[in-house]
Amino acid sequence: MTEQTPTPEQLVSIDYKPPRKSWLDPTVEFRKGTYCYSGVPKHVEYLGLPNPREWQPFEPDWKLPPDWKRIILDGMKDRLDKYRSFRLFMDICVRCGACADKCHFYIGSGDPKNMPVLRAELLRSVYRRYFTTAGKLGRLAGARDLDENVLKEWFYYFYQCTECRRCSVFCPYGIDTAEITMIGRELLNLVGCNINWVIEPVSNCFRTGNHLGVQPHGFKDSIEFAVDDLEEITGIKVDPPINKKGTEILFIVPSADYFASPHYYTLLGYMLLFHEIGLDYTFSAFASEGGNFGLFTSHEMIKRLNNKIYSEAKRLGVKWLIGAECGHMWRVLHQYMDTMNGPGADFLEEPVSPITGTRFENARATRMVHICEFTADLIKNNKLKLDPSRNNHRKVTFHDSCNPARAMGLFEEPRYILKSVCNHFHDMPENTIREQTFCCGSGAGLGTDENLEMRLRGGFPRANAVKYVKEKFDVNMLTCICAIDKATLPGLLEYWVPGVEVGGVHELLANALVVEGERERSTDLRGDSTEQSGAETTDA
Amino acid sequence: MAAFYSLILVLLLCVAGYFGGSAAGTVFGVIIPYLAIAVFLIGIIYRMIGWANTPVPFRIPATCGQQKSLPWIQSSRLDNPSSGLGTVVRMALEVLLFRSLFRNTKAEIKDGPRLIFNEKKFLWLAALAFHWSFLFILLRHLRFFLEPVPGCVLMAQALDGFFQIGTPVLYMTDLIILAALTYLLIRRLADLQVRYISLFTDYFALFMLLGLAISGVLLRYFIKTDISGIKELAMGLVTFSPSVPAGVHPIFFIHLFMLSILVAYFPFSKLMHMGGVFLSPTRNLANNNRMKRHVNPWDYPVKVHTYEEWEEEFRDKIKAAGLPLEKV
Repeated sequence: MTEQTPTPEQLVSIDYKPPRKSWLDPTVEFRKGTYCYSGVPKHVEYLGLPNPREWQPFEPDWKLPPDWKRIILDGMKDRLDKYRSFRLFMDICVRCGACADKCHFYIGSGDPKNMPVLRAELLRSVYRRYFTTAGKLGRLAGARDLDENVLKEWFYYFYQCTECRRCSVFCPYGIDTAEITMIGRELLNLVGCNINWVIEPVSNCFRTGNHLGVQPHGFKDSIEFAVDDLEEITGIKVDPPINKKGTEILFIVPSADYFASPHYYTLLGYMLLFHEIGLDYTFSAFASEGGNFGLFTSHEMIKRLNNKIYSEAKRLGVKWLIGAECGHMWRVLHQYMDTMNGPGADFLEEPVSPITGTRFENARATRMVHICEFTADLIKNNKLKLDPSRNNHRKVTFHDSCNPARAMGLFEEPRYILKSVCNHFHDMPENTIREQTFCCGSGAGLGTDENLEMRLRGGFPRANAVKYVKEKFDVNMLTCICAIDKATLPGLLEYWVPGVEVGGVHELLANALVVEGERERSTDLRGDSTEQSGAETTDA
Repeated sequence: MAAFYSLILVLLLCVAGYFGGSAAGTVFGVIIPYLAIAVFLIGIIYRMIGWANTPVPFRIPATCGQQKSLPWIQSSRLDNPSSGLGTVVRMALEVLLFRSLFRNTKAEIKDGPRLIFNEKKFLWLAALAFHWSFLFILLRHLRFFLEPVPGCVLMAQALDGFFQIGTPVLYMTDLIILAALTYLLIRRLADLQVRYISLFTDYFALFMLLGLAISGVLLRYFIKTDISGIKELAMGLVTFSPSVPAGVHPIFFIHLFMLSILVAYFPFSKLMHMGGVFLSPTRNLANNNRMKRHVNPWDYPVKVHTYEEWEEEFRDKIKAAGLPLEKV
């Protein structure tokens, strides 16, 4: 935390009273801490995206192409003809306001343009002006001209939405702000207005196979490092193959799992589990990223980055795929991959667990199974020896990550695993979990440090629910199945509710997993003593 | 100001209907209604076809319950349907009962800081009350347009006047619709957030509906207008032999004119949510993404980075790391 970071008390003393001035007059102030820096030209250029240049959002001149307005309007026309979601969501909102206080950024900032309805109106007002008859009436019809200030407002607010889809759950017509933000960002990208925290990972991913730009030898090093660590902790030497042809399963992880903490402990978890059950699988140093920041750039970019997963599965000749713990990665794998780069059914086999014989009917077309589905099935069939008391030092809660929640409905699988591997599990209040879960505030490419104040604001509702279970049940670990969560929630919780660590579901699984031939473990995967410290609390 | 301007406009329309009906009965009683209906029908068809012809490239349901995965995990068939039937039920709950709006809560920050969620069902209740009573009233009005009056219309009428209060009998829906519209208007004005997002058109729709309801109530309960003349006019319109009988009360022309304007305005306005809700891709698609392939009709090839290109660029490093190469 820097000195400029406001205190929690300052942050939540929010005046929700909207300004007197109509929102139709574009105003935007690029205040430090609430926006992200622009895409660095070399990355924009590498990807072949338009208008690479040095510029920053706070500068008055954005160096837009001379015909930028035509480019944007043509881009809108094109997308109105291609996406029913976009056209419909431009047309049918009745401005009932039910979405307003469902957005974590609105709750945490009080900025009326963070109400999902107004975020969409920023685009709708331009749509009305140029694409509807009534819009010719101008302001009376809620229409306004597209000018540079409007574009700047789009940039500020479309990069202040984490595409979490919580508002869509409450909208009587299912209007999905994620769709609007995705199209809004596509339009901005047409004139070269993007942010570096998205564009650099995208460019890295396109070149090296993963967001962090880890090259093949680095990938191998990371995995070997993990092998050594596991041996040190458990006495077991695992042997995970990389780029091995002819295995049954290709295992896809988000790159943070092998390069960042606390993700790393979850990686140890997968490796130990796969060793114990003798799974015939391989990592890939090429398809070394399941995450897809293309989702935060454009539909075309999703497809460009996602392509490597099926193509690598084909090259290696695997039968089916397992995907690790990651949020937006699963939005792409579940809702986009097969349509964009499939059909997977052409060259893969229907996924059947080699351990339990369970046929994963729900993945019979794309042939990619979520690791939580895979592991829950193992536990249900008594294939794992578990000692939940080895997690007794953890009082655990579970954060439903936005995309597995609202794009899949993956609620029970991770909870089933958690309840099997630890003795103290407590859900947060119902308005803040499952389909009503709150975003970490840093998703959709906004997890950068320069945007810290906005992230803290957006993360407030989530953190506040954690605080509730911390005070009530003494919860000291928040588990989640999303790499962005694992990267950003530790700092967020440190700020709002100190004393709660962040971990993965498979990290706790591996703590409890009794592995054949292991030495007696005195610590968990983190090296923390499993002896309970302090006053022991009793709970059911 | 938006509210004020739209109130003025609606009042002007009332005045136009009042005097126009008396001065030019044929224009306000025949020509404008015909034009309005024509615009309504053509407009709605045009809009619906426009939406329906726009492709749905990706299957993007917003899932609001447990997915169907392993057989021993109970899936949420209504909020996360994986079958066509489940999706139909989900849509029915949405359209008939406004299920999503029923979830509405109010988030507030209290000292602590604590974020708390309060029940907030009034918007749902008022919306449901308005839409259902409007439907009932429309159904009742069929008695003006059909001869003999069908049994279901008579039944709706009897049900609506069940309590047999006053002469003519008081219809419950008349009270409900006035109360609901008034609530929706007051909410739009009093709730600071909702007022901030409200446009001229939002008030316009509300004032028009209120005008329509109030003029109808005046005609039935206060003026107690002679409905035989009105039925003659209505029957003339539907049988395409229009005539405007003498002695129709001018308030009736307000009622008819408001309706004409409202239906003509309908296809160009947010009122099209009536048709649009059926097409919403976050609601009307089953969450069977990994079970069944969804095809994007405008899919096109994109520039990708192939394994071969990757291997070529990192050949030395792959070799040094001892990883297998395709081209040695």
